Amino acid sequence: MASSWAERAIEIDKVADKKALEVDHVSHSFGRLVALDDVSLSVDQGRFLALLGVNGAGKTTLFSLITRLYDNVTGAIRVDGYDVRRQPEPALARLGVLFQSIALDRDLTVRQNLAYHAALHGLPRSLARKTAEIMIEQVGLTGKMDSRVSTLSGGQMRRADIARALLHRPRLLLLDEPTVGLDVQSRLEVNALLRELAGREGVAVVWATHLLDEVQPGDQVAILHHGRIRRSGVAADIAGEASLEDAFLKLTSSTPEPAT
Amino acid sequence: MNRRKAEKGAGSGAGFVELGWPGRLRALRGIVWREVLRFARQRERFLSALVRPLVWLFIFAAGFRSVLGLSITPPYETYVLYEVYVTPGLCAMIQLFSGMQSSLSMVYDRETGAMRSFLVSPYPRWFLLGSKLLAGVAVSIVQVVVFLFIAWLWGIDPPVMGYLTVLPALVLTGMMLGSMGLFLSSAIRQLENFAGIMNFVIFPMFFASSALYPLWRMQESSTLLYDICRLNPFTYAVELIRFALYGQVNWTALLVVFGATVLFFGAAVYAYDPSKGLIGRRR
Repeated sequence: MASSWAERAIEIDKVADKKALEVDHVSHSFGRLVALDDVSLSVDQGRFLALLGVNGAGKTTLFSLITRLYDNVTGAIRVDGYDVRRQPEPALARLGVLFQSIALDRDLTVRQNLAYHAALHGLPRSLARKTAEIMIEQVGLTGKMDSRVSTLSGGQMRRADIARALLHRPRLLLLDEPTVGLDVQSRLEVNALLRELAGREGVAVVWATHLLDEVQPGDQVAILHHGRIRRSGVAADIAGEASLEDAFLKLTSSTPEPAT
Repeated sequence: MNRRKAEKGAGSGAGFVELGWPGRLRALRGIVWREVLRFARQRERFLSALVRPLVWLFIFAAGFRSVLGLSITPPYETYVLYEVYVTPGLCAMIQLFSGMQSSLSMVYDRETGAMRSFLVSPYPRWFLLGSKLLAGVAVSIVQVVVFLFIAWLWGIDPPVMGYLTVLPALVLTGMMLGSMGLFLSSAIRQLENFAGIMNFVIFPMFFASSALYPLWRMQESSTLLYDICRLNPFTYAVELIRFALYGQVNWTALLVVFGATVLFFGAAVYAYDPSKGLIGRRR
């Protein structure tokens, strides 16, 4: 039975250094439009990655592939070590997502929304209730549990949505431009809140954005342009002497926009 | 088994998510509960859903009462008034509209945060879509029950037991119509809006069926139309409901509705599944 011991050793090794997210040579096209071209990136457990790109760079397509809205045709995507195509259930179980549009039902109360999303992940009711209370407190909406979502401000809605995305204790949080449409104050708050919560819970974060002021110098950054990763590394290194904005503009203006 | 336990126990494992059947059933309950809650909040939707069949019952049926003679056909044991004859058809009509509407929104709203977050739930797609359809069916049954109550006040009183026996029939017919709507609206782009569904699905299905007139009447005017009606799955939905409302089982209808449900549901899961189906290829 030596082989099984060896196998187990390998398996243990794998678990020890499995990444929160691994995107491995993924390409995807819609008809003739190549949306992603041989994209590879990885995020360590509990780390933060800013995925920068202008509109149409392929951020949303990449997220759609990770969340299995489309199937990745080439390459592999693993969440916490689970291949999203071959083992979608454990992979999705480890995933929390904030979409561009708020996922909450405006007609229902915060409590009802959270109960529904907890149910979508199979949480027992008592656990769901307890976790909802804790999360709502952590996002600073205590006392808003029984307010209807439509009565909340934009920033409050987003915070409730954050509580929703973290309810089932994901290992990886995907954020698809979550601060678009918020005022400056709310944007800063949401950014700080997400970083704090992710840090406390040890959740890895992939933050897709085109707003460069959301990136901190120490963040891991990947710059996506026309479906390709143009640069990746620590924000401060990419910026070099100049600002990150200059580096970003330089990288993303070198190739002309394709006709769409 | 050990591995499963280990996964559950580890804090860095699957978090709070329960992937087995207990978790799935909680998800199903949550999905149905939310749909009913949403429906209860939208009073206009409820009223408009109710007005449609009531207009047919109060006005159309009254007008046609004298025009249409009905012979005694099972499940009826005596001559029945036209209102009595159309009631099961109108129940099916409520489900037809409701099923098409909710299926259409599943396709139309698929890029919204609400639908996306529904689809990243860790359960298999077929299970999620089935739960969503079942939730739509629950809402449609609420409408049918209220409609049947008003019809009862209007003097249409099937046997009391019929109100119970009709429920399983309504679940099945609702599933059939919902999965048909889901399949059609995800497979055919032209049917992505409600006007398209109305013109090309709801009206033809409703009129070319036994909802408004018994099929032998159709046969008298056109054998081709008669054949079309007999091929229309909606006819069997209507007949299943009609017989069930009188405590009887129409086995042909049951078989056809069941078969059509399985078929359309399979096709809908395929068409809706972006990895194989038709939605992902479209953009």
